[in-house]
Amino acid sequence: MALVMPNAVLSIANLRVSFPRMEAVRGVSLALNRGEVHCVVGESGCGKSISALSVMNLLPRGAVRSADHIRFHEHDLLGMSERQMARLRGDKIAMIFQEPMTSLNPAYTVGSQMAEVFERHRRTTRRQALDRAAELLARVGITAPGMRLAQYPHQLSGGLRQRMMIAMALMCDPELLIADEPTTALDVTVQAQILRLLHKLQQEMGLALLLITHDFGIVARMAQRVSVMYAGEVVESGPVEQIFKAPTHPYTRGLLDCIPVPGVTKAGEPLGSIPGVVPRIAPGFLGCGFRDRCTLATAECAETMRLRDAGADHFYRCRLPPNWKQGTAP
Amino acid sequence: MLSFILRRLWLAALVCLTVLVVSFTLTHLSGDLAASIAGPNATAADIAIITKNYGLDRPLVVQFLDWASHAAEGDLGRSYLFHAPVSGLIRDRLPVTLTLGLTGLTIALLIALPLGILAAVREGSAIDRGIMLVALLGQAMPGFWLGLVLIVVFGLDLQWLPISGIDTWQGYIMPGFVLAFSAIPALMRLTRSGMIEALCADYIRTARAKGLSRSMIILKHALRNAAMPVVSITAVQLGFMLGGSVVTESVFALPGLGYLAWESITKNDFPVVQAVVLFLAIIYIVVTLLADMLNALLDPRLRA
Repeated sequence: MALVMPNAVLSIANLRVSFPRMEAVRGVSLALNRGEVHCVVGESGCGKSISALSVMNLLPRGAVRSADHIRFHEHDLLGMSERQMARLRGDKIAMIFQEPMTSLNPAYTVGSQMAEVFERHRRTTRRQALDRAAELLARVGITAPGMRLAQYPHQLSGGLRQRMMIAMALMCDPELLIADEPTTALDVTVQAQILRLLHKLQQEMGLALLLITHDFGIVARMAQRVSVMYAGEVVESGPVEQIFKAPTHPYTRGLLDCIPVPGVTKAGEPLGSIPGVVPRIAPGFLGCGFRDRCTLATAECAETMRLRDAGADHFYRCRLPPNWKQGTAP
Repeated sequence: MLSFILRRLWLAALVCLTVLVVSFTLTHLSGDLAASIAGPNATAADIAIITKNYGLDRPLVVQFLDWASHAAEGDLGRSYLFHAPVSGLIRDRLPVTLTLGLTGLTIALLIALPLGILAAVREGSAIDRGIMLVALLGQAMPGFWLGLVLIVVFGLDLQWLPISGIDTWQGYIMPGFVLAFSAIPALMRLTRSGMIEALCADYIRTARAKGLSRSMIILKHALRNAAMPVVSITAVQLGFMLGGSVVTESVFALPGLGYLAWESITKNDFPVVQAVVLFLAIIYIVVTLLADMLNALLDPRLRA
């Protein structure tokens, strides 16, 4: 895996997050360059959001985080105090969340919530911070920014709120933006607008974007690299074209089979589906988390599974060889 | 905001009227007023004369309208018991009750809010459990008992504070504490649970993701959202302190409204009862109106 990336904006190595009776993240590694979009894709509960929150050290109570390293440029985030972390959050590393309805404080105006992050990190006056906020609201395509600044979150639609969240995240010109399912709670048409906006801003500002999603459609539109997560592990990762062209892990194949493709999927023929549910991983679990749902599983799958190289910067975590064909597994 | 206030004022007037009608009717139904004015040794003729003189033979509606029209002009009638104008009695007693209630409220808020916030921030810790234990003890301790204990310890043994009366401002300290103690457990629990809920909210995670300081997150983002139920219950508690301070006022011999109400009810001193009810209703209404307005200031969603 591309662990040795000297110019990486973000590099995570062997991240583990556990809760009292559950292992949520089991050895996740990924790296992200300047100007790159890296999608982490997987079902609900696979540990993708927890991985994202680990970077910010915003994990819920009871979570224990460990890793070989979590690096932002050359800074080691693991060793940072809460005070040092707070200085980075909202400034160099920003984050947007899934629920624009509840992620904004109902008691304060849009302007106040946007301005405070700028005041905090840039030590400016309220006036300067509000000017900056108006500038960014305009930049995310909100008309009449001056009026919006005086409004409260409940006076805005879901799409507007998410635009505002994005604008707020960009107040201090971050280098890394972590977006945790930013469009999941929105209408389909609004989703498309928000994705276009994120894409445009990412290009213009040269942002490194870590985008968490469960939607391969979003992966295809946005990402250069993708990491597929399952049961707390990255089961496959690589450049987007490579993953779509030659998915190697049975889980990735199963996921891609669930998506109808125009011209390929025939009417009347059922779409693929993966039987079973995501397992709960207890401490001490070994081997492939997918084996209970996998038609190709053998005894070997219960042993520790190492990462295999499929070439072209493409890695996967399965006992099968890279060129196995569906139905002809050894 | 203006239409919000006007709507509330209109409701307040209706509440006030209802309270007065009910209390008027109840006092007249609770016994023969003329007989109790005349006293135990009165003859039937005496009672008949009193009934006639006080106009008690007229229909209730007429009596009420008569009373209400005088009250509207500031004339609340004369006390049967004190043989003095009721408005004068109220004027003497009201400041005592207001001072006592506000003293109690201030003490209660100064203790309950910081402890409630601290318990929420340290939820599940020894500090939290200790604070909740104090709340439990406070709830279990009756006011008159606490009052007597305070009198024995600080009034008689240590002689730091006067044991009764309000000749100096120190006279308000002990009764203020006793009143505060009755309100502290509820205020503290509500502050704690509101803060715990607010601190779990998504917008707190957003605030942390923005790199805000811990004090900003707790005191600006969480407290404002946790404050609303606390404001509402504070209004109720203040109303309770102002209107229901009978026990405290009698333990510390304070000439307040609560004590006056108790005296006049037992003696069937109807004009005083009616006037006290009127004032207590107005106090309750003003306090809850202020609380609603404060909540509307805190939460923009209520202003619509």
